[in-house]
Amino acid sequence: MIELTDINRVFHLGDSEVHALRAIDLQIAPGEYLSVMGPSGSGKSTLLNILGLLDRPTTGHYSLNGRNVSDLSSDEQARVRREQIGFVFQVFHLVPRLTAAENIALPMMLAGIAPDEREARVKQALANYDLTQRAGHRPEQLSGGQRQRVAIARATIMHPVVILADEPTGNLDRASGQEAIKLLEGLNATGVTLIVVTHDPAIGERAHRRLQMDDGRLVLDKRHEAG
Amino acid sequence: MLWPDFLHLTLRALIAHRLRSFLTLLGIAVGIAAVILLTSIGEGVHRFVLNEFTQFGTNVIGVHPGKVMTHGTPAGVLGTVRPITLEDSEALARLPNVVAATPFVQGNAEVEANGRVRRTMIYGVGPAMDQTFQMRVSVGRFLPPDDLHNPRTYAVLGSKMRNELFGDRNPLGERLRIGGSQYRIVGVMETKGQILGVDLDDSVFIPAARALELFNREGLMEVDVSYQPGIPSAYVAAQIKRLMIARHGREDFTLITQEDMLRTLSNVLDILTFAVGALGGISLVVGGVGIVTIMTIAVAERTNEVGLLLALGAPRRTVLSLFLGEATLLAAIGGVFGLVLGIGLAQLLHLAVPALPVHTPWTFVLAAESIAALIGLTAGVLPARRAARLDPVEALRAE
Ligand SMILES: Nc1ncnc2c1ncn2[C@@H]1O[C@H](COP(=O)(O)OP(=O)(O)O)[C@@H](O)[C@H]1O
Ligand SMILES: [Mg+2]
Repeated sequence: MIELTDINRVFHLGDSEVHALRAIDLQIAPGEYLSVMGPSGSGKSTLLNILGLLDRPTTGHYSLNGRNVSDLSSDEQARVRREQIGFVFQVFHLVPRLTAAENIALPMMLAGIAPDEREARVKQALANYDLTQRAGHRPEQLSGGQRQRVAIARATIMHPVVILADEPTGNLDRASGQEAIKLLEGLNATGVTLIVVTHDPAIGERAHRRLQMDDGRLVLDKRHEAG
Repeated sequence: MLWPDFLHLTLRALIAHRLRSFLTLLGIAVGIAAVILLTSIGEGVHRFVLNEFTQFGTNVIGVHPGKVMTHGTPAGVLGTVRPITLEDSEALARLPNVVAATPFVQGNAEVEANGRVRRTMIYGVGPAMDQTFQMRVSVGRFLPPDDLHNPRTYAVLGSKMRNELFGDRNPLGERLRIGGSQYRIVGVMETKGQILGVDLDDSVFIPAARALELFNREGLMEVDVSYQPGIPSAYVAAQIKRLMIARHGREDFTLITQEDMLRTLSNVLDILTFAVGALGGISLVVGGVGIVTIMTIAVAERTNEVGLLLALGAPRRTVLSLFLGEATLLAAIGGVFGLVLGIGLAQLLHLAVPALPVHTPWTFVLAAESIAALIGLTAGVLPARRAARLDPVEALRAE
């Protein structure tokens, strides 16, 4: 359960202030599938960064599963990210010198999971995302769609409760984008909360709940039946 | 993160830029090689010099006439210095714990034998000299234990002296003239070689009483006392001091224990070795600067990656230690290269110039490697701290 109360995020640029988020109130139930749409600069990424504990709100309250996470120390926030949150980025952010399998294993390495278990989980993930043949390839040897599949496998390998995807299809062709979204939706079907930022209406409309942002404000919050 | 994973990740980062990493670690390698080479020479010289000294035995105390005053006031101002006599030497030899005492006078004189003349160093000593200084006779015997005051006119030759005067002929029983006196040769010493520039082989040993006459001296230059091993030198020195004060009425002599001399010498040589090592260390600083530079570049290049690590839930100290580990590993590998290079060069040098002794103790090897790693760690601090302090959102957005 995610609960944002009166979240504001103000950036200071020299003398001027940029209100990236204004008085955001938002409640998200476990297992929901949300899309966030809106014009460029409307605060979508900032919202996602705050949800992912990569950024702290200037004012306001954030509680995750009943726990106030906005006041946690940096190390405690890192632990929450490690154990409960998965990120998928527009530009994939794979480590170029590591193989697909190693990129997928990276979060487990950081969490200190033993090599035996790591290997088993990576093997399963590679199979799930149709990457078994690509296990030993480095990112530059993979297509965009394959890279994003590696990134999604990496985001899910720690079994997070929330997946935050910021324009996950932005760097993909239509077919690969569709494929990536389907994979994310498959995860949502297993009960993982899914939040996707996108400017592609075709993708935004697939979500059960659609948020519309404008100038840092949440201007629309619409629920649909599963499509 | 587990240790093997940590090592694996840092190593992978270094291998990803093979050439760059190699050039950077070369800086450290050259520095460590210089340090190891120079300290190996220093230590070799150290051992060589100590060896030269200890071949005369370490349980020796020299008694010299005159007192060196701490404030430079010569003893003569307070009273005349009594010469050290043969009786003093005899009394010293009778002290408990003392194995032997030998009087000592030296001077230059012309030696004539077998129709040949040679100017050389004459040592006037006691019959116990060979024992005191752990020297051996190769032919015949050493000076016999005659009365110190009225010894027979026997002489013992150094090995080189024997060759110069007699060649391959047996010199035993032959006559020898030194300053108008006749001597009979009773022995030849084993070859000792040059010892710090003094050639003991090119010399003649005669009884001290005869040498005093020859050089027209009133007193001995020195009495050398050897004592039983295991007895503290300070204890024996105190015994000698008491005896000599009782005999002379005051402290008009100076004791030089071999142990003190060796310790002082050893300290001086240690400082020398350290100094040349530090000189070589200057190039390590250059290597360290290279690591700072390359790590700063690495952090800038991998800003995105730092953002990713933070997003994946890596604590900041993990990011810090990853970059620190990279810098340390780089320097440590450079250190190993440098050790191999330095030890190799030292051995080559020894092959090329056998007279130059080299020695590389294990402690130096370990110390040099630790210094290399420490330099890497230090060089990594600034870049690694910069990486660990990055804001994750900005780091992920960086181009
Ligand atoms: N680090 C920052 N410093 C200053 N302004 C920022 C920063 N991050 C975002 N902003 C500003 O906040 C607003 C919202 O940005 P963002 O959340 O990235 O928008 P979106 O993702 O919807 O395009 C924009 O006006 C942007 O310029
Ligand atoms: Mg954005």
